[in-house]
Amino acid sequence: MDLNYTPEELAFRDEVRAFLDETLTDDIRAKVRGHGQLTKADMEGWHAALNARGWLAPTWPKEWGGCEWNAVQRHIFEEECAMADAPRVVPFGLTMLGPVLMKYGTREQCERYLPRILSGEDWWCQGYSEPGAGSDLASLRTRAVREGDHYIVNGQKTWTTLGHFANRIFCLVRTDPDAKPQEGISFLLIDMDSPGVEIRPIILLDGTHEVNEVFFDNVKVPVENLVGEENRGWTYAKYLLMHERTGIAGVGFSRAGLAMVRRMARAEMHKGQPLLENPHFAARLAQVEIDLMAMATTNLRIVSQAAAGQAPGVESSMLKIKGTVIRQEINDLARRAAGPYALPFPSEGLEGVNEPPIGPEDAGPVAAQYFNNRKLSIFGGSNEIQRNIIAKVKLGGGR
Amino acid sequence: MNFELTEERRMLQDTLRRFLSDRYDSATRNAIMAAPEGMSAEIWSALADLGVIGALFSEPDGGYGGEGFDIAVVFEELGRAGVVEPFLDTAVLGGGLLAALGDERQRALLAEVIEGRLHLALAHYEPGSRYDMERVATTATAEGDAVVLTGAKAVVVNAEAAGHLIVSARESGAVDDPGGISLFLVPPGSKGLTLRGYPLISGGRAAEVTLEGVRVPASARLGAAGEGLAALRRALARANVALAAETLGAMETAVELTREYLLTRHQFGRPIGSFQALQHRFADLLIELEQARSAVINAAGQLDAPADERDRQISAARNLIGRAGRLVAEESIQMHGGIGMTQEYDLAHFARRIIMADHRFGDTDWHLERFIELSAA
Repeated sequence: MDLNYTPEELAFRDEVRAFLDETLTDDIRAKVRGHGQLTKADMEGWHAALNARGWLAPTWPKEWGGCEWNAVQRHIFEEECAMADAPRVVPFGLTMLGPVLMKYGTREQCERYLPRILSGEDWWCQGYSEPGAGSDLASLRTRAVREGDHYIVNGQKTWTTLGHFANRIFCLVRTDPDAKPQEGISFLLIDMDSPGVEIRPIILLDGTHEVNEVFFDNVKVPVENLVGEENRGWTYAKYLLMHERTGIAGVGFSRAGLAMVRRMARAEMHKGQPLLENPHFAARLAQVEIDLMAMATTNLRIVSQAAAGQAPGVESSMLKIKGTVIRQEINDLARRAAGPYALPFPSEGLEGVNEPPIGPEDAGPVAAQYFNNRKLSIFGGSNEIQRNIIAKVKLGGGR
Repeated sequence: MNFELTEERRMLQDTLRRFLSDRYDSATRNAIMAAPEGMSAEIWSALADLGVIGALFSEPDGGYGGEGFDIAVVFEELGRAGVVEPFLDTAVLGGGLLAALGDERQRALLAEVIEGRLHLALAHYEPGSRYDMERVATTATAEGDAVVLTGAKAVVVNAEAAGHLIVSARESGAVDDPGGISLFLVPPGSKGLTLRGYPLISGGRAAEVTLEGVRVPASARLGAAGEGLAALRRALARANVALAAETLGAMETAVELTREYLLTRHQFGRPIGSFQALQHRFADLLIELEQARSAVINAAGQLDAPADERDRQISAARNLIGRAGRLVAEESIQMHGGIGMTQEYDLAHFARRIIMADHRFGDTDWHLERFIELSAA
C-alpha cells in the first residue's frame, strides 16, 4: 500500500502541468471557470492544441495516433486539466466512437474516420436517446430499413449534446422490429448534412443551448456506414457506454469547484467575518471535502485495478453516483456562498463586454451552474440506472 | 383549534386561483419574462382590481386584510401559478413600511399602491451586508433642511419600476449598530441616484443602486430618525411569510407536475411511477410538502407576536422551507429526467422560483443561526 505517485508518475504530472501553463490562455480558463459558453472555435482550438502535442487520444493505440497511456496517466492528465480550468475535450469522436470503430469497425472505417477525428475535420455527436427511450434505451424506435445498398432512416433522437456543431452522428437504430428489444438494434454512422436530417435546439433551464433534437425523415445512409454486424448494435453501445464512464468520478472538477467555493467564501462577508469562518458554512464545506477525499482514493483504487488490466464492474457505477452527488453538492455550496448575488441572471449579450460583473466576480454564474449540473445525475445512465446495475450484479435482481 | 380558512379568505383563494389558471398560463408567463420590463402591467392592474393588493393591507390602511393568513393565502396562490410580478416588493415591503411609518402625506401613497398605480422597492441590503439586517454603511447626513444620502444598495428588486425607492441609511452609530438607521422615500429621478438594472434568474428584475450625495428634504424621512430597524424587521418578517408561502405554492405545483409525470411516463413497459424506488421518493416529497405547509401556518399565525418570538417562528419556517424546497426542486427534476431540465417544460420555472427564494432575506443557514440565537435569548 503506497498512496503516493511513483517518480515516473510525478514527472509525468509535471510535464502535464508545464504544458497546461504555457498552452491555456487566461481567456479560456476564465470562460471555463465562469461557466461562460465556450464557442465552437474555443473547443476546436483546445482540440487542435492537444493534437499538436500528441495528447488528444489518451486511450488510443499509437498506430492510430494515440498516447497509449495507462489508467493512472489518464487519471493524472484529466485531473490536472480540470484543476487548470481547461475545457473538456469533446468526447463523442475520441472516447466514444473511436474505441468502437477500433474494436468492431472495418479497417476501411478506421482509416477513413479516425484521422478525421484527430484533425478535427469531423465533429461527431451521439444519437442514442429518444423521446420515448431514455433510461430504457433498448426501447428505441428510430427505424432503418435496408433498400439495396442503402438504409432508409426515419425517427427522432434527443439530448444530442453539441449536435449543432457536429457534421456526423453515430446512431442506434432499429433494424429488426420483430426481435427482442436488444437484439434488433444496429449501429449506424450518418452525415448530418444528408437530406432529411433536421436539428432543433433544446434550451435548458439555465438558458443555455447545448443539447438538441435530431429528426430523420427518409434519410438515405449507405450500407458501408453500418458498424459491425446488423442487429448487434446493442453490444457495441454497451461497450461505448463503458468507455463513457472512465473519468466519470470527476475528481478534478470537484477539486476545482471546492477551490472556487473557498475563494468565494473567503471574500464574502457574513456579520463582519469571512463566510469561510462561519461554523455552519465551514461545516458544510468540510463535509463535502471529507467525502471527496475518500472518493478520490476510491477512484484511484479502481484506476490502479484498471491499470493492472482488471475491467471495472459495479465500481464505475458507484463512482458515477458518488462523483455526481459530490459535484452537485459543491455547486450548491457555491450558490449559497454567493448570497443575494446568486440572483442576477448573467445573460450574455445583454451586458456590454466592458461592463464589470454584477456583484463579486465569481458569483455571476453560480446559480446557472447549479441548475445546469442537475444534468450530471441524469445523463450517461441516470443515477437510478446505476443503482439498478449495482443491485442487479450484487443481488441478481433479488430472485 | 381551527385550521379552516375564513369564508372571505377562501373566496379570495378561489378567485385568485381561477383568475391565474385562466390568465397566467406558461405561454403568458414566458412572454412576460422575455419582455424588457420583466412584468405585465395588464396582469398587475387586473390583479389589483381583483383586490389582491388590498388583501395585504388592514382596513385603517385602506385595504381589507393585512394579517399573516391574508399574506399566506395570496402568496401561496401566486407561487402555485409561478407569478413573477413584484407583489412582495411593492405591496408587502414597500407598502408595509409606508403603512407602518408614514405620516399622513406619505400614507396617501397607499391608495395608489392598493389600486395598482404605484410600484415601490426597498433598497436596504448592501454589497457587503449579505443578509444582515443591521449592517448599513450607507450614510444620511443632515444639511440644513435636507438630508444627503451616500452609499450603495445591492440587488434591489423592482427598483426600475418603482415610483419611490425606500432607502435605508445610517444617521449615527457603527456600521452594524441596531440603532441609528433611518428610512427615506427617494424619487427615482433624484440627482446622484443611479440604477444598473438586470434580469433575475427566476424572473423579475433588480438593480444595483448607487447614491452619490443624493439630496432629499428631511420630510422624505419615514418615521423617527434612527429608529428604522424595528419597522424593517417587521416588514421583513411579513415579507418572509410571503416568500415562504409563495415557495410552498411553487412546491405544490412541482410535486403535482412530478405526480402526473410518474403516472404518464412509460419506461420498461410500465409507468415509472410503478417503480418502488420512485414511489418512496415521491412519498417523501409529500411528507415534506405537509411540513412546509405547517411551517407557513406557524409563521403566519405568529406575525403579531413579540418581535423576538415572531422572528424565531419566521426563521424556523424559512429554514424548513429552504430544506424541503431544495429536496422538492432537485427530486422533481431528477424524477423527470432530461425533460425536467428544459426551459420549455414548466417544472424548470418552479424549480428556479423555489431555489432562488433561498437567496432573499436570509438563506437556510442564516435562518438556522437566527433561530438558534433567538431560542437562546
